[in-house]
Amino acid sequence: MQRNISIAIIAAIVALIGVISYFVYQPLLNNVNLGLDLRGGLRVVLEAEELEGEKVTPDTIDKAVGILRTRVDALGVKETVLYPQGDKRVVIEIAGEDDPEAAVNILKNTAQLQFMDEEGKIWLTGKNLVDAQAQMKRDGTGEAEIALEFDKEGTKLFGEATTANVGKPLIIVIDDQAVSAPVVQGPIMDGHAVITGSFTAKEAQDLAVLLRSGALPVSFEVMEKRSVGPTLGADSLDKSITAGIVGLIAILIFMIGYYRLPGLIADISLVIYTILVLGTMVALDAVLTLPGIAGIALSIGMAVDANVIIYERIKEELRLGKTLVAAIEAGFKRAFTAIFDANITTLITAAVLMYFGTGPIKGFAVTLSIGIIASLLVALTFTRYMLVLFANVTKNEKAYGV
Amino acid sequence: MQVIKRRKWFYVLSLIIIIPGIISLLLQGLNLGIDFTGGSITHIRLPSEATIAEVRAVLDKQGLEKAEVQKSGDEFYLRTSELTQEETDELMAALKEDFSEVVFMSAESVGATIGGELTRNALLAISIATVLMLLYISIRFEWTFGIAAIIGIIHNVLVVLGVFSIFQWEVSSAFIAAILTVIGYSINDTIVIFDRVRENLRGTRKQDYEELVNRSVGQTLNRSINTVLTSVFPLIALLILGGSTIKLFVLAMLIGFVTGAYSSICIASSTWYDIKTRKAAA
Repeated sequence: MQRNISIAIIAAIVALIGVISYFVYQPLLNNVNLGLDLRGGLRVVLEAEELEGEKVTPDTIDKAVGILRTRVDALGVKETVLYPQGDKRVVIEIAGEDDPEAAVNILKNTAQLQFMDEEGKIWLTGKNLVDAQAQMKRDGTGEAEIALEFDKEGTKLFGEATTANVGKPLIIVIDDQAVSAPVVQGPIMDGHAVITGSFTAKEAQDLAVLLRSGALPVSFEVMEKRSVGPTLGADSLDKSITAGIVGLIAILIFMIGYYRLPGLIADISLVIYTILVLGTMVALDAVLTLPGIAGIALSIGMAVDANVIIYERIKEELRLGKTLVAAIEAGFKRAFTAIFDANITTLITAAVLMYFGTGPIKGFAVTLSIGIIASLLVALTFTRYMLVLFANVTKNEKAYGV
Repeated sequence: MQVIKRRKWFYVLSLIIIIPGIISLLLQGLNLGIDFTGGSITHIRLPSEATIAEVRAVLDKQGLEKAEVQKSGDEFYLRTSELTQEETDELMAALKEDFSEVVFMSAESVGATIGGELTRNALLAISIATVLMLLYISIRFEWTFGIAAIIGIIHNVLVVLGVFSIFQWEVSSAFIAAILTVIGYSINDTIVIFDRVRENLRGTRKQDYEELVNRSVGQTLNRSINTVLTSVFPLIALLILGGSTIKLFVLAMLIGFVTGAYSSICIASSTWYDIKTRKAAA
């Protein structure tokens, strides 16, 4: 009677897992966030340049990230991630752009706007801007210009500047470069100005965006740049997936060959385990990178290890003459401390890596941590339950590889 | 398993592997990649008949005489001083003039200061992880196990570092991740054996420690072997089928795992025995 119930439960569980994995695997794989190394893209680390007497603070960097974010949105740069790193760095990751380098070159402009007279006196800066818009010149050259509008204080300052410099040029400087130097015809009191110069429509639009979003509080230098072409990205992904499948199949065959019935249970656990890991990756919005795949490979090894420890222990208990059910109980109890301590110590390493690591190391630590926790969970609940169920079905110890 | 009786032989075997590695580390060090030294690597795919000499000729024309060129199948790695975007663009344009098809694979450019930081952070991470593990093991087991486990870890890391130094395989930031994995794996592997020693230890007198260690290692031997086998399967698959970019990363883990399994069985338990008996004698 109990045997029939157990068979029914096992059949139901296996069917359920089959159905779930059939429907869940593909959507999960499609929703995993792939790192730039797997999909192609550009990663740039910018470092703030410390000017004399000016300290770069985390606050400056936060402000810069905010401004960069505004620029990314306004320029329509696709699939960009921006975040501060350490005390004076900003990381920009761009995945969706055809020419990500060009995008970064525009983004990292300081866009410091200054109005200067012939003597070099600065009358006002981009700080007093409320708007900047690109517009076509009316002279039919096809060139563009940028119309500026100042705030109240800016209007006053600009009025003073134009009043003091009638008949003389007022030089418009962007990032220490003179862009144009119109001669002031008369005082301008309405707070409007135009930057002429020979811009194409695209250049004028980009510049207008930069001026609108405000100047970066510091200038940035490229410290590190990694770009992966789409060919290599796709190549690495395909090869890693193939290698992963081959490695997994080798494990599945080995486990059944060596441990027989429990090996089969381990194999089913591994299916649940991979769904759990992928699902957690998707739920946490974690990024899967190439080192991350290696992290998963390692955690699969540890997941199998948990099963190996349990089965070896059960075999030992069986050899001592215990009944199957008693051997499973004792085997689990005794295997537990070993599995627990081994996984926790590895988890300590992974946590330290996650905290101190950046980029590739972090990706690795994240998948390793997720993998260890998932493997502990599956081994201690599902594997145990299945073993007890199977013990109700067959008491034949040969099925346990003894 | 007569581990303890043969332990002197295991120590000698380990030293035979480790000492040349240490000598090599002192004499020629590691072949540090641009992650540590700064510089640029441009990775491209060229038509299969392209040769290193042809690629070098293009680099010379660009004023990059000091560049190193490596070929792997139809893929080329050009290691140069740090290039700006314009210089990379010029280089790509020049290559496209000389070769019928140039596929851009990847480009990396790292400033010189990043490398020092990377090493510092890695050493910091390793030290903190080691201290925390030692602490955890001391609480859950006993400090003697902690010391023996750490000696095992140092042993494994030295083997991997030594092999990479002897063969002058390039070390990148991913290598640090590999070393840390090896540390995690070693500790995992060792703990399971120590767990059995701890279990058998109850009520054992010190003159029976030799038998105790031998028995514990023997009882866990199947597990030790099966686990290293199943852990190594995916690595071998990655090594053979994976992309060229992760070969060295996987190789470092592979060497570390095999060494880790060996040291857990033969070195860590022997060291624990030596520490424990010496302590008991004192």
